[in-house]
Amino acid sequence: MLRSNEAPLWALFSTGGVVAAFLIPVHLVLFGLVFPLGWLRPPTYEHLLGILRNPLAKIYLVTLCSLPLFHWAHRFRYTLYDGLKVKHLNELIFAFCYGGAAIGTVLAVYLVWRIS
Amino acid sequence: MGESIVLEIARYSPERDAEPHLETYEVPLRKEWVVLDALNHIKDKIDGSLTYRWSCRMGICGSCGVMVNGEPKLGCATFLSSYAGRKRVRVEPLRYFPIVRDLVTELGDFLAKLKKVKPWLIRTDGPLLREGEYLQTPEQLDDYRQLSMCINCTLCYSACPVVGLDALFVGPAAIALAQRYNKDSRDRGAKERTLILAHPDGIWGCTFVGECTRVCPQHVDPAGAIQQYKVGSALAWFEGLIMPKKRRKTEDRHGAAAD
Ligand code: SF4
Ligand code: FES
Repeated sequence: MLRSNEAPLWALFSTGGVVAAFLIPVHLVLFGLVFPLGWLRPPTYEHLLGILRNPLAKIYLVTLCSLPLFHWAHRFRYTLYDGLKVKHLNELIFAFCYGGAAIGTVLAVYLVWRIS
Repeated sequence: MGESIVLEIARYSPERDAEPHLETYEVPLRKEWVVLDALNHIKDKIDGSLTYRWSCRMGICGSCGVMVNGEPKLGCATFLSSYAGRKRVRVEPLRYFPIVRDLVTELGDFLAKLKKVKPWLIRTDGPLLREGEYLQTPEQLDDYRQLSMCINCTLCYSACPVVGLDALFVGPAAIALAQRYNKDSRDRGAKERTLILAHPDGIWGCTFVGECTRVCPQHVDPAGAIQQYKVGSALAWFEGLIMPKKRRKTEDRHGAAAD
C-alpha cells in the first residue's frame, strides 16, 4: 500500500512546499503588514468580494489552503515517525495527517464556495 | 617536541571489551599532517595495536573514513591544524556501522545494498559488445559523470539520520549509484532498479535532510540524485494516471510504482 501511495503524496508535499514558501508569504505581507499599516491603500471590501466571485480566484484560494496542508501532513508524518520513533502507529498517523489535510481542504472548498 | 595536539581515539577489541572506550594520545601538531598521519604516528610510535583502514592517502580509495569530532570525514583529507584551537580531537569509527575493531567498521550490509541496485550496465538489446563499443556523446557522459565519482567511503551513511533510524534504508550512495546507471545512455536497466528504488526503503525513505551531500568528499550530491528520482517518479505516476498507455514507457525511465 505504502509503495503505490508515496509518489502522489510526495508530489503534494513538494508542490505544497512551493506554495507555502512563495505564495503564502505574499498574502501574509499584504494582508498582515502592507494594508493594515497603510503602506498601500487597501482594496475595498466590495472590490475583494468581486475578485472572490471569480471561479478562478476560488480555485486559487482553495489551492492556497489545501496544498500547504498536504505539505504539513507529509512533514508531520515523518516528524512523528523519526522524531518520536512511532513508525508502528503508521496507519493512525497516516489517517490523522492526510485525513486532517483532506478535512481542511473540504472546509476550504465549503467556505470559499459559499461566497457569492 | 614542538606544538602537540591530543587525540581521543575510540578503541574496541571484541574479544576484550563489551563496549568501545576512548583513549588519549598526544601527537605532534605538524602543519602538513592530516588525521591519518596522526593515526600512523600512534601506530608506529605509541601503540602498534591501533587498528584502522587506509590505503591511498589521497582521497581516492575511500577506506579511511572516520568520525572526527562527530563529523564524518576522510582521515587522509582532514588536516589536524584545522583543530589546532581545540583541546582534544575525538576520532571514532563511522557512525551507524557495526564496529569490527577500533576504527574499522563492518561494510557487509553497505556492500549488499550497493549490489542490490544492480550497479552495472544492463543491456539486452542492441549490438553485442564484440561488435564494437556503445558510443556516447560528451553531453551523455556529463549526464552521469558526477554521480560516477563516488569512492564508496560511506561518509554519507554516517551523516544520514534516516540510515541511523532505519537499517533497511538503501541509503544515499547506493541510490546515487543506481542513478549513475539510470542516467547512462548505454543502460536499459532503470525498470529493474525501480523495485528497489521506488520503495519506502528506497527513495521514499529519504526525508531530504541533505547531510549526505554536505559531507561527500567527491561532490556526488546523493541528496540531489534522490530528489531527482522522486520528481521523475511522481511525474511518471501522474502521467500514468492521465495516459495509462504511456505508463509502461515512463516507468522504464523513472520507475514510478503506481500499481
Ligand atoms: S556518495 Fe560521496 S560520501 Fe557517499 S560513499 Fe560516495 S563518495 Fe562517499
Ligand atoms: S586513504 Fe584512501 S581515501 Fe583516505
